Amino acid sequence: MDTILEMKNITKTFPGVKALDDVSLKVERGEIHALCGENGAGKSTLMKVLSGVYPHGTYEGDILYDGGVQEFKDIRDSEERGIIIIHQELALVPLLSIAENIFLGNEISENGVLNWPATFARTGELLQKVGLKENPATLVTNIGVGKQQLVEIAKALSKKVKLLILDEPTASLQENDSQKLLDLLLEFKAQGITSILISHKLNEINRVADRITIIRDGKAISTLDARGGTITEDDIVKDMVGRDMAHRYPDRTPNIGTDKLMEVRNWSATHPLHPERKVVDNVNIDVAAGEVVGIAGLMGAGRTELAMSIFGQSYGTDISGEVLINGKAVDVSTVEKAIASGLAYVTEDRKEMGLILEESITTNITLANLGGVSENGVLNDGAERSVAEEYREKINIRTPNVAQKVMNLSGGNQQKVVLSKWLFAAPEVLILDEPTRGIDVGAKYEIYTIINQLAADGKGVIMISSEMPELLGMCDRIYVMNEGEIKGQLAAKDASQEAIMRMILKA
Amino acid sequence: MTDTETKSIGYYLRTHIREYGMVVALVAILAFFQVLTDGIMLKPVNLTNLFLQNSYIIIMAVGMLLVIVGGNIDLSVGSVVGFIGALAAVMIVNWDLPTALVIPVCLIAGAIIGAAQGYWVAYWRIPSFIVTLAGMLVFKGLTLALLGGASVGPFPDVFQGMSSGFIPDFFGGLIEGRFNLFSMTLGVALAAILPIIGLRSRAKQAKFAAVEEPMAVFVTKHAVAGLAILFVTYLLSTYRGLPNILVIMALLIAIFTFITNSTTLGRRIYALGGNEKAAKLSGINTKRLTFFTFANMGMLAALAGLVFAARLNTATPKAGLAFELDVIAAVFIGGASMSGGVGKVIGAVVGALIMGVMNNGMSIIGVGIDWQQVIKGLVLLAAVIFDVYNKNKA
Repeated sequence: MDTILEMKNITKTFPGVKALDDVSLKVERGEIHALCGENGAGKSTLMKVLSGVYPHGTYEGDILYDGGVQEFKDIRDSEERGIIIIHQELALVPLLSIAENIFLGNEISENGVLNWPATFARTGELLQKVGLKENPATLVTNIGVGKQQLVEIAKALSKKVKLLILDEPTASLQENDSQKLLDLLLEFKAQGITSILISHKLNEINRVADRITIIRDGKAISTLDARGGTITEDDIVKDMVGRDMAHRYPDRTPNIGTDKLMEVRNWSATHPLHPERKVVDNVNIDVAAGEVVGIAGLMGAGRTELAMSIFGQSYGTDISGEVLINGKAVDVSTVEKAIASGLAYVTEDRKEMGLILEESITTNITLANLGGVSENGVLNDGAERSVAEEYREKINIRTPNVAQKVMNLSGGNQQKVVLSKWLFAAPEVLILDEPTRGIDVGAKYEIYTIINQLAADGKGVIMISSEMPELLGMCDRIYVMNEGEIKGQLAAKDASQEAIMRMILKA
Repeated sequence: MTDTETKSIGYYLRTHIREYGMVVALVAILAFFQVLTDGIMLKPVNLTNLFLQNSYIIIMAVGMLLVIVGGNIDLSVGSVVGFIGALAAVMIVNWDLPTALVIPVCLIAGAIIGAAQGYWVAYWRIPSFIVTLAGMLVFKGLTLALLGGASVGPFPDVFQGMSSGFIPDFFGGLIEGRFNLFSMTLGVALAAILPIIGLRSRAKQAKFAAVEEPMAVFVTKHAVAGLAILFVTYLLSTYRGLPNILVIMALLIAIFTFITNSTTLGRRIYALGGNEKAAKLSGINTKRLTFFTFANMGMLAALAGLVFAARLNTATPKAGLAFELDVIAAVFIGGASMSGGVGKVIGAVVGALIMGVMNNGMSIIGVGIDWQQVIKGLVLLAAVIFDVYNKNKA
């Protein structure tokens, strides 16, 4: 068997982060090669390097493909050589037909005039190949996610694919759709198409993959041969999470109250666009004063949706369940009421949902509690600035001036502004959604220190994170969530990355 | 002056270049036309006309600023001006209702019109462009229907006085000749009060934290503003005094500057336009705010409609035609951002004045209406390019 692709010593750095560190990957012609790793391990980055999303020159190392060194300038370049990538988020235009989507950017035309009969005929052939029984003229928005995935694959086939890359193709699919897709991959393999499959679902990988490469913290850890059938899920998990616990977490002596500070009972929420999809399913969680509780899970597990639906019904429809604070049921139906009840939610995406980038640090910090710096609706300029100065000092926001626009701050300092905003709102319970995403190690430590201080002050902290070591290092108790449900909880002393992973995959 | 002081003045001016740049541009344009018109530009009678001609645009620009800062747009204001003028004419001229009743009724009608449009924008999330485009057509049509296609007028003197009257001279005759001493006194009082208010707010700030605005900038700003006020009131006093409409405008500008700078309401509107999701997740009722900005806009458009009808002394089917374009242009020239969250009341006013001065100046020197449009269009484009350039540089 010969090698179709060899990526040699690939290193890719983003400002402040080494996303890929000397990664090598060898893929043989005609195999299904699985890439495994935690969120943020570098799988998608590696595939973006391969497909030319990050063009030649922005990374170090060589790509040998189909017998020569390749220097892809963009996606078009790699597609011309038969490398097709299907991203996690589908890149289809909802209001165009299946046929139009398949040939988008690659239209069958003469002098710019579309040849509709040929387009529909070709689409029909392609749809048959992927086993999709739909009219080529059907709008993509009118078919389900599973079928849309198949349209993406048909689109790949239309481009004479040699190497097909699928980035978590089954993440949003139902069980039987996933099975169909995997069968299709096996069929392609029989036709000689090579595939790279990125997936979190180890049972699926075990089913179809020939070889498995595991990536962790931007490094290729191992390549396992799965053809003999001797690889177990445990082997994969061990390599996925086996990083040394070199990260440091500030010391803390927990002082946890005996009563539940906040309790969420039988909480459910439905996807706003797909009423048949329950995104949060009968969740029960609680947190005591002085306690840091984690929620672990993979992307799409429903953790953010849970938090946002609790916080003023900011996500989802058909929300049901009860929130109790200090044993009393509270009304959290609007954000205003949720804040008044003592809740705060620090969003996952601080730029999109947490900050007003055009405004000053001061304006952002007081936004959730304008009543605290005003009288009869008239703002007190001085009081506002003294609040901002107070938090700048307390939380160590590095800036020459609190009048500075937030967009000029680093990620870590922006996160501190968001935290300040919610601290100034004086909540009882803080829900922190990925509080350290995209910030450097030093700033992380500072954020951890703030979280510990909050717990020491008797607040309840619920921390959502995709970084398991962070949860293990910070939390007293960890809930494990998957597919909208709480799969179980672990006390800090019993928790390990393997135990969490196993609980997630138990489904 | 120490080194750090000069540096901080430089920093302050750089970060506020847009605000001061606008005023400098207005002064430069004024000076330019003053020379080109052989001094007609700043003749008392022309200055008075300048304010009368642009009053309704400035009144609406203040409301439009809130709408645009909130991330929306209102295209219907020109039609509302026409409609309210027609409504007032029908009530006063045809039905003989007293002016004192008609004015509040018209203002309330305007607020209801704005609220009706704001309802669809805020609670149904229909793009404001579409809702107010519909409103523009609807009220243009209703104006025609109300007037039966003809002009209705004239108005009684009381009503006209709103727009063409002047503050009476209570000190009449103290000075020989035509000089309105009372108006001048008002101007002097205003010029004296502004720096006192400024100093008090600085003192209040200083109690809590270091004052952001350097003293040198503060002094210069108030000196220039004070001199400008004295100069303008002096010129106006040598003619017929302060026009009523100028006093109404000054009050509106003061009220809305206060709302946008110093109230939670104003702050929330900026937050809404700056990042609606973040504002919502901070517990701000974004829908009610959007609704409010439109209702407010409707009321100010109604006021402008009354002022315009009073000025023409008749309600015509063509009243208010294309006013929305001038109003929106004024707000953008004044530094507001299309995407919302950025803009100042005083900027919108200066923007409206720049447009007004150019209209007036070009008319005096005999530039045809055709080229006036071209030049105004280019000025709008240049102002926005200047914004974008500044932003990219930062």
